[in-house]
Order: sequence, then C-alpha cells, then structure tokens
Amino acid sequence: MTATSRPAPGRSMAPKPSLRSNTSRGSILADRVATAALWGTGMFVLVLLGSIIVHFALAAWGVVSPSFLLSDPSSATLGGIMPVLWNSLYMLVLTMLIAVPVGILGGIYMSEYAGENAVTSAIRFAEESISSVPSIVVGLFGLILFVDNAHWGFTALAGALALTFFNLPLMTRLAEQALRAVPQDERSASLALGATKWQTIRHVVVPLAIPGLITGVILTAGRVFGEAAVLLFTSGLGTPPHYNFGNFDLTSPVSPWSPFRPATTLSVYIYKLNSEGLGAFKNQIVDGSAAVLISMVLLFNLGARFVGLLLTRRMTAS
Amino acid sequence: MSTGDEMPATAIYTEPLMRRVEVAAPAAAAADDAAVQTAAVKIAAEHVSISYGEKVAVRDVSLVVQPRSILALIGPSGSGKSTFLRCFNRMNDLIPGASVKGEVCLDGENVMDPQVSVVELRRRVGMVFQRPNPFPMSIYENVAYGPRRRGQNDRRKLDELVETSLKRAALWDEVKDDLRRKSGLALSGGQQQRLCIARVLATDPDVILMDEPASALDPVSTLRIEELMRELREAYTIVIVTHNMQQAARVSDVTAFFTMAEDRAGYLVEVGPTGQIFTRPNERLTEDYISGRFG
Repeated sequence: MTATSRPAPGRSMAPKPSLRSNTSRGSILADRVATAALWGTGMFVLVLLGSIIVHFALAAWGVVSPSFLLSDPSSATLGGIMPVLWNSLYMLVLTMLIAVPVGILGGIYMSEYAGENAVTSAIRFAEESISSVPSIVVGLFGLILFVDNAHWGFTALAGALALTFFNLPLMTRLAEQALRAVPQDERSASLALGATKWQTIRHVVVPLAIPGLITGVILTAGRVFGEAAVLLFTSGLGTPPHYNFGNFDLTSPVSPWSPFRPATTLSVYIYKLNSEGLGAFKNQIVDGSAAVLISMVLLFNLGARFVGLLLTRRMTAS
Repeated sequence: MSTGDEMPATAIYTEPLMRRVEVAAPAAAAADDAAVQTAAVKIAAEHVSISYGEKVAVRDVSLVVQPRSILALIGPSGSGKSTFLRCFNRMNDLIPGASVKGEVCLDGENVMDPQVSVVELRRRVGMVFQRPNPFPMSIYENVAYGPRRRGQNDRRKLDELVETSLKRAALWDEVKDDLRRKSGLALSGGQQQRLCIARVLATDPDVILMDEPASALDPVSTLRIEELMRELREAYTIVIVTHNMQQAARVSDVTAFFTMAEDRAGYLVEVGPTGQIFTRPNERLTEDYISGRFG
C-alpha cells in the first residue's frame, strides 16, 4: 500500500486545504466569544460581590467597633446592636436545630429508602413549591397559626418554626441531592462486605455526602440570617429590651435564652430602622448593621466549610 | 461435570503463568482431576433464572463449584455472567425489579431462602468489583471496615487482622509504613484492587466472587492479581467473571461458557475443566467463541 493508491470508497480525492488556511474561522470566533462571555459573567458576579462588601465596609468604617457590637440600642447616641445581633444568632441556632436534623433524615429517606414513585414525586414537587412560596406569605401563615391561633404572641419560637416551614424543604432537597451524588459503587462495596443498609448509610454514604450537606446547611442558614419578611410577623419587630444574660428561665418572656419572647433579628432591625427609624445616627447604624450581617454570613460559611472538613476527616478516618 | 483427561497439575499450580503455554499446545489438552474428582461441592446452582422485569437475563443455569477451586465464567457481553455471579451473594437484590428463580446452595443451604440473612451471606461470600472501589478512607480503615461493622473494635485484634489480610493480598510490604496516613484512593489501580481483596479477606469469607477484577488494570498489575488468585485458591473458593480468555485459561480450574439466545437471554453452553474447554470443547458455540470466530 502506498500513499498514491486508490482512496477508500466514500473518501474524496480532493486535496486538503493547508493547515494555515482559515476555513474554520467561524467556529474559532464562536469559541473565543463564548470564552469571553463566560469569563465576563464570572467577573461581573465577583465585582458585584466585591463592591457590595467594599461599599458596606467603607460605610461602616468608624461605626463598627467593639462597643457597637456589645451595647444596647439607643435613640440619643450611636448606641449598639448587641440584642439584635444576639437574636440573629439565637434564631439561627434554634432554626438549624430543627431544620438540619429533620432535613438530613428526610434527605436520607428520600435518597436511600423512598425510591421513585408517584408519592416521592409529589413530595419533591411539594418541597420545591413550598421553598419558593413568597416569604411574606409564610410570615402571614406563621402569624395566623402561632401568634394568633396558638396565642403565643410574637416569640422566637414562632419565628423559628415559620422559618423552618420554608427552610426544611430546601434542606431536605439539598440533603437528598448530596446523598444521591455518592457513587453507587461505594454502597455496593459496603453492602458486599456484609454491612447492613444503615451501617452503609452511616459509615459510607453520609460521610461522603458531607460537603454537599454543608452546602445545604449554608444555604439554609443564609436564609435565616437574611430573612426579614417571615420574622416581621412572627418574632416581632420591637426594639429589644436590655437583656440580662444571667436569667436562664427558659419560659420567661424577658430572658435572652428563652424561645418564648419576642426576638427582633438584625435583618428585621435594619428593615425597621431604615423604613421608620428617626434620629441622627440612623444611617450609620443601618450601614454598620449591614456590614456586621455580611461578615456574619461570610464567617458562618467559612466556619461551616471548616467543620465539614473536620467531620469528613473524622468520619472517614482519612 | 465430566472428568477425564489428565493435565500436569503441579506445573499449573506452582507456576500459574505457565498455564497459557499448556493451553496453547493442543496436545496438552487435559482436565485437572484434582479439582474435578473431589466430590465436595461448595456452591451448587440449580435451574437459576434471573430476570429484570420482563427481560430474562439468565435462563436455567445449573452448575457446581468445588471448594478451593477457581471457576471462570466467560462469554460475550450481555450473556448474563455478571448477573449470574451476583446471585451468589444476592447483590441482585439491590436492583429494583430483579427476580431470581431456582436455587443456589452454599454448603447445602439455599441462599435464596427468605430466611437467609444477606448480611451473613455476604460475609461468607465476598466480592471484588470490576472497578477498584476502595473507600475514601485510610488503608487501615478500608481493611478494618468489614470487621468493625461486625462489632470488632479491639485495637490489637484489628491491627493483626489488617496485617494478615494485607499480607495475604500481597500488599503489606508496599503499604505497611503509611497504613493510617495514606488514603486507599492514593494507591495505584493495581494496589487499589489488592486493597479491595484484602478488605474482603478481612471479613473471613469462604467464597470470593470477582467480577472482571483486572479489566481496569495494566498487564503487570493484572498478572499480580492472577498470581494472587492462584495463592488464594489454596484457602478460598473463587468464582471469576472475565472477558479475557487468556486470563480464564491461566487462572481457572473450571470454565463455564455463557452466551445469549436469540431472545437475548443468557444461558450456559457448557462447563468443564478449563483445559478441555479451551482445547476440545464439546459445543461448536464454545469453539467458535474461544477461537475468536464469534463475540
């Protein structure tokens, strides 16, 4: 066989264009445009995030200080945000205490036990629908159910439960996705070694899903920090009193540890101050609070990733 | 199973890689009577049919496996070899819609019996998969996984078990210095597969199922796995699915040839001593497959 032999059937004899010719100019151009557009979009998002952070960092310069974080609000002076900051953390813990365990257990059920049928499709549809219900509607629902009908009044617990309403479906859905993403091979390997289904879930599937589960926790927590509409109607929007942290009476309406007290969070406080606040320091307090809120979200996300890393190490002993 | 012709058994077992040479020479056609004449039966499959919903994957397969022997299942893709293998440790249970008819007896007990605990069964019948799948844990924890799940938490016993299992799997010398520091995933493909074998050995099985254990490995690692199989044969019963006919010829004592029928259902064409199957098969279909005229 030589290079000059007959071409294979169906192959053209026409000479190929030079490698330097530009016959594929169109697709090369499209490739460059796509690269530029995707790179540009990514940069746009980064710049947006950066400018928000920079804006509030600059605005909060000179406002945020240890005393701003640690003192009570005041109408006459700059005052501080200690009680509302406390309430945000408190609501976070209270909501996550309900949403994370129930969400993960629900996710395990949906991913490992439920299978694919009409009921699970209905559950998934419900999860997605509930988590996209406008939060003001969820707030109204919480108001009617917990505040009015249950006669709890504005309480941290009512707020946490209302938040759970639309956080739990999200957490469950994300947990399910994280667990489903664990390769089937790992489950087979464990079962083939004579592990039970629960042992397989506990020692292989959940540890491998931790990064995904942490993403779920972060997204859920972000909504707790940021949510104002749900909490306006459920945990209240009054300026909190001075908290006495020595009061551990969990049923007291004034103890900062009690879930049965109104609990205005940082987001709600920003909303309130910005829309109806008076006083010379209003804008500074709003800017400072916003900067603190952003920092808290960032700190929480980093912290959650770190805990996730430790958990993965510990659970897989690697 | 027919017995018959002789094959120099010692030459095969002490030097597994010689097997190919034996088989290549038609005059050496022979059966390994040491394996075949033993009356003992480790596994007996009787009229096993497996279907996924409407689709029949395996039809009416009966065969026996002697203790401390290697049975190779060969045949074209889709002939149901792997599906058949997976009914020995009931891994087919995991596939929705799969149903198995017939009996598979392990030491005389039908493993299909609803009373049988699959957990207990899978400790007796271990499995090595096609793609090495160590857990993303340390080498130590990979091997200790099975024993730990059985409640073995005694540090000294686990240490010992991990060491003997890794030694048996011919991996100890390569990993003994970073058992706890190194992840199982940091090993090479061949080492990962030997780790998976060590992990199975640590559960103290009687039978080891291997589903194309070397198909993802390079030739050198493949030979190491094959040597290891020959060593393990001294203590365990092994059933291997392989696409590599030289491999079947090199390592196995008995070979079963599967193919599929017109309706795509897999069935057993013939089973017999490896030497005979590869040199003087009884069935035309087997001969065509072995000699590369089909599949």
